[in-house]
Amino acid sequence: MSLLETRDLVKYFGDTHAVDHVNFRVGEAEVLALIGSNGAGKTTLVNVISGLLRADGGTIVFKGVDVTAQSVHHRIKAGIARSFQLVNLFDQLTALDNVALSVFSREGKTRVLMRLAETDRAVWQEAQEVLHLFGLEGQARMLAGGLSQGERKLLDVAVAYALRPRLLFLDEPTSGVSTREKAPIMDIITSVVRQEGISAAIIEHDMDVVFSYSDRIVAMHQGTILADGPPEEIRRNEQVIANLIGATS
Amino acid sequence: MDFFLIHLLNALLYASVLFLIAGGLSLIYGVMRIVNLAHGNLYAFGAFVTAWLVGLLAAAPVGLQYLLIPAGALAAAALGAVLEPTLLRPFYKRAEEYQLLVTFGLLMILEDVLRLLWGPYPLTANVLADVMGSVSILGATYPNYNLLVIAVGGAAAAFLWAFIYRSRFGVVLRATSQNMRMASALGVDVNRVYVQAFTLGCLMAGLGGAIIVPSQSAVLGMGVDALVLSFIVVVIGGLGSLEGALAGALIVGVVREMGIALFPEIELAVLYLMATAVLLIRPAGLFGRA
Amino acid sequence: MSAPAAALEARSPARVLFWAVPVAIVLLVLPLVIDQYQTILLSYGLIMGIAALGFNLLLGYTGLLSFGHSAYFGVGAYMVALMVKYLGVASMELFLVGAIIGSVVVTALFGFVCVRYTRIFFGILTLALSQVLWSLAFKFFWVTGGTDGLRVPTPILLGVVTGKGGKIYFLSHAYYYYVLVIFFVCVALMWVIVNSPFGKALQAIRDNETRAEFVGIQVWHYRWVAFMVSGVFTGLAGALWVPLNGLTTPEVLHWTFSGEIVFMTVLGGFRSFAGPIVGAVVFNYLKTYAVGFTVYWQLLLGVVLVILVLSLPTGIVGTAGRLLARARRNQPT
Repeated sequence: MSLLETRDLVKYFGDTHAVDHVNFRVGEAEVLALIGSNGAGKTTLVNVISGLLRADGGTIVFKGVDVTAQSVHHRIKAGIARSFQLVNLFDQLTALDNVALSVFSREGKTRVLMRLAETDRAVWQEAQEVLHLFGLEGQARMLAGGLSQGERKLLDVAVAYALRPRLLFLDEPTSGVSTREKAPIMDIITSVVRQEGISAAIIEHDMDVVFSYSDRIVAMHQGTILADGPPEEIRRNEQVIANLIGATS
Repeated sequence: MDFFLIHLLNALLYASVLFLIAGGLSLIYGVMRIVNLAHGNLYAFGAFVTAWLVGLLAAAPVGLQYLLIPAGALAAAALGAVLEPTLLRPFYKRAEEYQLLVTFGLLMILEDVLRLLWGPYPLTANVLADVMGSVSILGATYPNYNLLVIAVGGAAAAFLWAFIYRSRFGVVLRATSQNMRMASALGVDVNRVYVQAFTLGCLMAGLGGAIIVPSQSAVLGMGVDALVLSFIVVVIGGLGSLEGALAGALIVGVVREMGIALFPEIELAVLYLMATAVLLIRPAGLFGRA
Repeated sequence: MSAPAAALEARSPARVLFWAVPVAIVLLVLPLVIDQYQTILLSYGLIMGIAALGFNLLLGYTGLLSFGHSAYFGVGAYMVALMVKYLGVASMELFLVGAIIGSVVVTALFGFVCVRYTRIFFGILTLALSQVLWSLAFKFFWVTGGTDGLRVPTPILLGVVTGKGGKIYFLSHAYYYYVLVIFFVCVALMWVIVNSPFGKALQAIRDNETRAEFVGIQVWHYRWVAFMVSGVFTGLAGALWVPLNGLTTPEVLHWTFSGEIVFMTVLGGFRSFAGPIVGAVVFNYLKTYAVGFTVYWQLLLGVVLVILVLSLPTGIVGTAGRLLARARRNQPT
């Protein structure tokens, strides 16, 4: 049984079928790349599965449970987390604070009013470790708003990772980052997820990144899945080449 | 039956004025995405200017005095045209709290400016209403002036609809409201559109005040009351939509009139309860954009 | 990035004590040095400080600008007055309990409706709800005393201290210290709250509501709790205010009073912890001395508010912090 499965998932924007009866699947401990030209529906698919948008039809089943009607809060508790294409962080808080918040939240400790946050050593310890995993321990005391784009992208993933999800959606984790930095960032991300056995679905436009790091590729076009298979197979798929690989970088 | 008709007319009267104020608020929001907390005071300004002018020119022929109603509206429009580039434009790019704070400051300023210019006592312009007499409808008498207000409200709605959906300026307005950057890239002078939209919104509010002052009076505090009421209208109808402002104004007018007839004590509370209920069920209002 | 960094610097315990201890000592010793009238004036300032402190939990820390905090101040004040009128209570402690209960009920109700919305809807909704309370205070004049309001005699503190020895003496001595102790407790309590995991969650919500949702924080729950805590602090201030004023009237529920709370917080600086307190105390003095100056108080406040927002958005504390930081940088070590 797959970790995540969508059945006939539909999302409309007015008359457009942004997600058109999609059967999308993510297995355990697999790294999957979600590709497609702009407007193919990749981000909308992720938005619906993660709970940012409501589905207009179909079901989402995660770990055997139907989560279609569940709130974002419940989906996170179940084990789905995500990062964002336009980096979404708490800019006025430090990098350490950003990650610690995920840990506090996961532990249900954000309900605590009457205790200084500093006193919970275990949380801060874990936050430090997560930052270390992502190579950001040097930036711990810096405000998230002041970090470089590459650091912010990694921090975004670290914040999602700190929720200890089973499935991580990463929306263009290397966009806006210089070509030089892309590989190191992807190296860190994939080594962390593989180490923990977390599944990752990564929306990516950079084909080098896609072919170097994924176990499986899902190609979307105009709201439907065009092709779904291992990199070698996708590389040879004519439709995918015609619609995507030729056109994008 | 006549009882019902009178109430219906009163509801329409109230709705006409509310439509002008709330429509202005909604228009401004629709184009510029800002809510001017001092909007109610522009309604008050229109009322005060008209009442004051009517008092000043009391010796003039009454027919001429009717021209003072548009004068009040234009005064409010002029004030808006001055305020937008000076006080509001610096804040478009800043955090929204600052926008709210500056318009709140403007609210406080205008409240006292009204007091400074015209003193703490109400100003009236009853002559304009009284002179028109009343008409007999199904046995009851009803002021003709109120019918004029209702007509003006309806005409304003029609005019605005035509202006926004049929004129060239309306196209520009709608384009800017839907996508400011795109409109700018296509050569639209966004700053000019903003000040024009803001002025139009203030004109509407000022007209609302000017047209109602012969029937009621211009009194301090009317601005904030209007703000709260027009807020209820846009909550129900949806912010940013003229149809919404019209629908909301009609609903509020009817409910308020029913409330006054049946439970005069809690009329305001009924309106707030209604607004709260709408907010809980349909946060964007009936026609609103989220 | 220097302003937020400076704010963070200020958070370390040593730095906090550096400022807090001398100020506390000054406040403790002041009545021995200044005259009774001045002490009473300072009491008003401290009470408004508590109100502004509560208000800023919502604005500075959660990013919600309320234009209706007069409602909670008024609830606190009227609870005390009604307890005197209908229950014949005279114990200050019971007054405080009553005010807290009243504030919790009203803020839970109002907050439930308001926190589902943000920005402008939140702002006007809070304004509208406070105006409802204000109009109710008029409508039910047989309960609330209408425009005349309700009188409140000097209370009994801790069951033993009364105003029998002279009202002014009582207010400028025993009552001042009572208010001061509660002020210290409120400041300490709020300090813990904003530095707790809950406080961090609020700041996250302020900075990025979507992201907060996606780290598992149910945004509107947190906003609701913050709303209630904020309102209760302000309600407590209202309860402390009534015995000092001797009387409560509907004015204290009116939006213009909410405007003053907003003003004093912005004056002091809403992006810092101490800003609202400083702003409240300064504003209190400004109001006392300027109100004799001009009838057009709203006009003055409005103009100053606009100037503040245009050129000094970080308020007194923020600007002072910046100047200090610049002075330290320019000093040869």
